Amino acid sequence: MSEGTRTIRIEALARVEGEGALTVHLREGRVEDVHFRIFEAPRFFEALLRGRDLTEVPDITARICGICPVAYQMSACHALEAALGMSLPSPLRALRRLLYCGEWIESHVLHIAFLHAPDFLRFESSIAMAQSSPELAEQVRSALQLKKAGNAIVNLIGGREIHPINVRVGGFYRIPRQDERAALAETLRAARDRAHALLRWVAAFELPAADHDYEFVALRHDDEYPMNEGRLVSNRGLDIAYAEFPNEFQEHQVPYSNALQCRRKGGGAYFVGPLARWNLNHDRLPPEAQQAAAESGLTWPCRNPYASIVVRAVEVLFAVDEAIRLLDTFEPPASAFIPFEPVAAEGVWITEAPRGILYHRYVIDTVGKISEAVIVPPTSQNQRQIEEDLIRFAPSVLDLPDDDAAWRCEQVVRNYDPCISCATHSLKLKVIGR
Amino acid sequence: MIAQPLTVLNTRRAPRPRLGVFKFASCDGCQLSLLDCEDELLAVADRVEIAFFREATRRPLEGSFDVSLVEGSVSAPEQEAEIRDVRARSRFLITLGACASHGGIQALRNFSRVDDALAIVYATPETISTLPSSRPASDYVHVDLELPGCPINKRQLLSVLAQMLSGGKPRIDQHALCLDCKRQNVVCVLVAHGSPCLGPVTSTGCGVLCPSYDRPCFSCFGPAPQPNTASLAERFQAIGLSADHIRRLFQMFYNQAPEFLEEARRHE
Ligand code: SF4
Repeated sequence: MSEGTRTIRIEALARVEGEGALTVHLREGRVEDVHFRIFEAPRFFEALLRGRDLTEVPDITARICGICPVAYQMSACHALEAALGMSLPSPLRALRRLLYCGEWIESHVLHIAFLHAPDFLRFESSIAMAQSSPELAEQVRSALQLKKAGNAIVNLIGGREIHPINVRVGGFYRIPRQDERAALAETLRAARDRAHALLRWVAAFELPAADHDYEFVALRHDDEYPMNEGRLVSNRGLDIAYAEFPNEFQEHQVPYSNALQCRRKGGGAYFVGPLARWNLNHDRLPPEAQQAAAESGLTWPCRNPYASIVVRAVEVLFAVDEAIRLLDTFEPPASAFIPFEPVAAEGVWITEAPRGILYHRYVIDTVGKISEAVIVPPTSQNQRQIEEDLIRFAPSVLDLPDDDAAWRCEQVVRNYDPCISCATHSLKLKVIGR
Repeated sequence: MIAQPLTVLNTRRAPRPRLGVFKFASCDGCQLSLLDCEDELLAVADRVEIAFFREATRRPLEGSFDVSLVEGSVSAPEQEAEIRDVRARSRFLITLGACASHGGIQALRNFSRVDDALAIVYATPETISTLPSSRPASDYVHVDLELPGCPINKRQLLSVLAQMLSGGKPRIDQHALCLDCKRQNVVCVLVAHGSPCLGPVTSTGCGVLCPSYDRPCFSCFGPAPQPNTASLAERFQAIGLSADHIRRLFQMFYNQAPEFLEEARRHE
């Protein structure tokens, strides 16, 4: 290797969901190239769905990701119901929002305490972090209890924590009983203090300074912080319905990765996930969450990707309170689901997965079989943004030894909580002659 | 390959047995079950050394393992060597879930091969490496224990680890789910509602999940020993299911398990 050239290479990224690698090529202090490479084996879900009955889609797409199965079930159900021309009555809608609160809590707390906090405090893992001092052990233990409250929601409403079984096109199989709901509300009330403590803990982390003019993209709803519904908006004037997504965004295959990258048509990278939601929807948070955010020192707008960990903690706190509100105001519906007859149609929907917008599109035939499926997960959308962050960031770690420089770069990647299992759900697999 | 002695864990001189967690093609759900053991996780971390677990720690892959937990199916060429490497480093290898034990939901693509005219075409195929089918670890190496489920039941995993830590031979129950329903007085969805329930041919492990949510079992835990799939399929026919519907019921998470593979074939 010639003088002045250096390559920072991370063969396998730790503390992310799935398998990814990172290569940063530097020459004379300038970044030549950054590749965020996803090498996890593709699983071809869009191909597997063809010919399956539409009622099977929520169960099959859940298996794209064990961390955010609810997100897949929500986008799938809404897209299929849109195709069938159905809309659900408000108790079923409330139950879905409640279920999503559970997944946001589980997923965010896992990322904050297990995958990301060790970067800020310089530990190889949160287990090492917990073993280093009684105070940190208590933080990790408290976070685990908070995560458990999220699990309790998904457990009751979904039937189990990972790959819920109670979700169906048209609603649910069973509505949880009054006594079950009351016990869940108690569990959540007991978790509120932990959510505040988690926010205070991460708010005290020293965040590296960064400021960049990103295009943030998220759903926006008339009066709610977005989860299952809204218009797709950005801070640069985008304001569209779900179905217009393909006109504005495009997936590309890059030669070094097993995942497709999604970019703005005729443009470049964009940013989805908690920080985008905060920037585009902070006025939709209830007053308590807004106040807690202000006390934590989180600014609005906020263009520092390292602050994502703080936004996640704000969203956890919001989700705990929102879940309690939904349980306290719940009126059981007459029936757990709305029956339907299949029709040949197309349906599109977007929901807010913990990591950002998740797009599903299905074409169904007259007997209710899937003839086409398209799924665009958040990590595919953030991939290019991650690379661009690294291009800006890498020159600042030039003076560090390789291992330290690599760790700093990993931290940049983890700001986005990338989910690689999600990103490699697809790729085109075409079967000819069947 | 010879089965490893089962009392490895407490006879070893090393202070704490070394545990490794490995991932192949999967959704991460099974290994997440371990992180979902909120009450037990730190206690487990005190008793075993979590020596490799990429989702949780930056520690590099080094040395050998007393117990390895393998998630995911073998579905890319480099994974064939990887699974052999994991085996060579491990005294006791446990596969977690439908993917690692039978190829998982992604093995549905294996059916594409029946057609001679098959061709797999990518946008730019030369940059993607994939095997023509999704395969279980046991196609390549000896597996000491298979934990069923999509995902596994974390209680089963903890119980297996506890049995090994106390030096016992780990075992898991394998009777049909049906029996659990009867024992727990859960209303039979097949008899009461005429719902196509796979409980009579599915292995126990989920804790009677679906029937207690008014839903027929769709076999996240795969076939029970000697399942009478043919008689159940006849029953399904009698309640009015089409052949295509019956085929799809057997072609879900355990589509490559021999008993389900066979039964599905009868309804093509
Ligand atoms: S068996 Fe199911 S839960 Fe486990 S890794 Fe495979 S898809 Fe995920």
